[in-house]
Amino acid sequence: MSDAVTENEYDSDVEAAIRENHPALITYITAGDPSLEDTKEYVEALDRGGSDLIELGLPFSEPIAEGPTIQAAINRALAAGTTPEGFFELVDDLETEAPLLVMTYYNMILQYGGSEAPRASDGRAAKPRDKPEVRPFVERAAGAGLSGIIVPDLPAEEAGPLRAACDDHGLDLVFIIAPTTEGQRLDDIMSQVSGFAYVQARLGTTGARANVSSATHESLARLEEYDVPKAVGFGVSEGDHAAEIVEAGADGVIVGSALVDIIAEHGSDTGAAAERLEAKAAELKRGARRGADSLTVDGEDAPEPEQP
Amino acid sequence: MSTGDHERTHESNRERERERERERNADATFGDDYGGQYVPEALMPALQELEDAYERYVLENEDGFMDEFHERMRDFGGRPTPLQRADRLSERYDREIYLKREDLLHGGAHKLNNALGQVLLAKYMGKERIIAETGAGQHGTATAMAAAHLDMPCEIYMGRTDINRQRPNVYRMRMNGAEVNPVTAGSGTLKEAINETMRDWATTVEHTHYVIGSIVGPHPFPKLVRDFQSVIGDEIREQIREEAGRLPDSVVACAGGGSNTMGTFHAFVRDDDVDLYAVEAGGSSLEIDAEEGLAPNSATLSTGTDGVLHGAMTKLLQSEEGQIVESHSVSAGLDYAGVGPELAHLVETGRVTPVNVDDDAALNGFHRLSNLEGIIPALESSHALGYLERAAGTAADTSSGQRPRDEHTDELGDLVVVNVSGRGDKDLETVLEETEKRDLEAAPDVEVFDA
Repeated sequence: MSDAVTENEYDSDVEAAIRENHPALITYITAGDPSLEDTKEYVEALDRGGSDLIELGLPFSEPIAEGPTIQAAINRALAAGTTPEGFFELVDDLETEAPLLVMTYYNMILQYGGSEAPRASDGRAAKPRDKPEVRPFVERAAGAGLSGIIVPDLPAEEAGPLRAACDDHGLDLVFIIAPTTEGQRLDDIMSQVSGFAYVQARLGTTGARANVSSATHESLARLEEYDVPKAVGFGVSEGDHAAEIVEAGADGVIVGSALVDIIAEHGSDTGAAAERLEAKAAELKRGARRGADSLTVDGEDAPEPEQP
Repeated sequence: MSTGDHERTHESNRERERERERERNADATFGDDYGGQYVPEALMPALQELEDAYERYVLENEDGFMDEFHERMRDFGGRPTPLQRADRLSERYDREIYLKREDLLHGGAHKLNNALGQVLLAKYMGKERIIAETGAGQHGTATAMAAAHLDMPCEIYMGRTDINRQRPNVYRMRMNGAEVNPVTAGSGTLKEAINETMRDWATTVEHTHYVIGSIVGPHPFPKLVRDFQSVIGDEIREQIREEAGRLPDSVVACAGGGSNTMGTFHAFVRDDDVDLYAVEAGGSSLEIDAEEGLAPNSATLSTGTDGVLHGAMTKLLQSEEGQIVESHSVSAGLDYAGVGPELAHLVETGRVTPVNVDDDAALNGFHRLSNLEGIIPALESSHALGYLERAAGTAADTSSGQRPRDEHTDELGDLVVVNVSGRGDKDLETVLEETEKRDLEAAPDVEVFDA
């Protein structure tokens, strides 16, 4: 694909990745689980498997939006000594087709680059600058080649400073739309969608589920009138789910816990885990395509496919 | 001016005052930075619903909500609690020492003020289920009592470590009909319990109310909890005027998350002549071991740095990379790596002075009040008493001649109120264990325990 065309047609790499590869597969894993070296191989495997966007989790000690699977991954990554700097160095090294996004909690963004003081190992308490600042993180993220940021504990109301910094550096700040997001707030958030709308499939935390929730269908129906790319996450674990969700009107699916489960199962057997991750990504992508195909083939029952 | 005119002027002044108060309370932050609503999107509509309920029922007393709250706090809770002159302490410190006896509130701690207020509010809001986190178990027991009293189903999240060290409170919650859900993540204490309660709430938000236990969390919780707790300071104000004919020179309260602290201070924030001391847990040391992710203290106001935890921008114990560290205190109720954003703000502006005392000083404070006044205080409250000794204590101590005086010694003044936020029955096991390990000047002979 041509970069020039991309820039003219879409607002960002992230949006282009979804529109041009419709229906898109977005994959998530936690960086540093079980080590940053392994993460590099896993990301490459997901890229080969057909991911159109890859979210990398930067671990935070209090992940209130995560279910048990990703909590455990974050604990493994923290126990392995994963730091923001190590994370960015990994991203510096990565060369993937799929644009990369970082998913982390707001405090990690606020504290980054805050201290010129000696490292923590000397036993002293952290003494960052007077007020935490989001810009050093965004600058470093842009420098590392990341295309966007997702912050599960940063609702639109509090996102002003980060949004401004992201705009200055050409990064997308992806907002989450919950099943409870309605009315004026929904309009407000949809009017400032950046990259894509992350549609939370169900209330609660992240985690692989056995089926697609009815809330997903309701959410997609509610969002139909908004012409922005929509990707559905929270609970998506199989190709069939991907098919069903795309058929219901999504432009992409987001899968995390099901991939983290694979990594957890294989422990130190990096090669085997990478193979399975690639295969899983391919299965999910096929499922998404199946969903899109059924929309075009089965024209009588299904709504018209979106342009183009 | 006729009486009618006077009443009308008075009424319109009150109206203006209420209007200003409403505007301040609608703000999501304290000052420019502290507070806010840093939560997953799924919870935002519930917070807005709660803001609306806070404004209508709490600030405007719609449907007589606050009247019912005060009535129930009187009949069920036992308010008002006494303000008692502490005769021996007054003699020892050569000044007037008054104790606010929140330990006499139903349940044995100030926690019921907030728990009953929020469960009642949930009922007014039409919610069907209550969830809450608890550290030491005091907020959990208060919530379980309030939920039983108001006939609401209730589930409490409690860290596995805390369950093991606070068994009696677990039984009390069960007796009152609450489910107790153990949280095994991390160190299994308050921080993890809050995480898990937030996760439950993110799933059940449409019909469940989260009764947060301190002045922490996203707006409007810090203000809501403060307003339910501010009955403590309102009563002190009235009682001390009656007893001593004037406002105190200083008010001292322990601070973990800070609900008894703000509850005690709120009525005095605008009285510049009243000094406010928030006493934190210095634990065993003020240093943070960032490599281990450990702070052997919970002196957040004294040593913390700004960041976002559990929905609010506040002061935190964290590594320089932003990971929250495990706090520690001999008192489970102060053992938290964050603090209420309003306290962070008041410390930043200089209105509240943060101080801290270590585990030893708190244990001595515990023994001293038990021994001299016949009141067994909670280990949390014992920190306030430990500070009192450090700041004011020399008068009665002839054996050691002198002892290091705190820089605030003379600032405490002649008339001091200390909030005894809870009673110490729950802490007896811990105190016996910790006392045996140490050589504490105020402790009774340990052989008594061995016998």
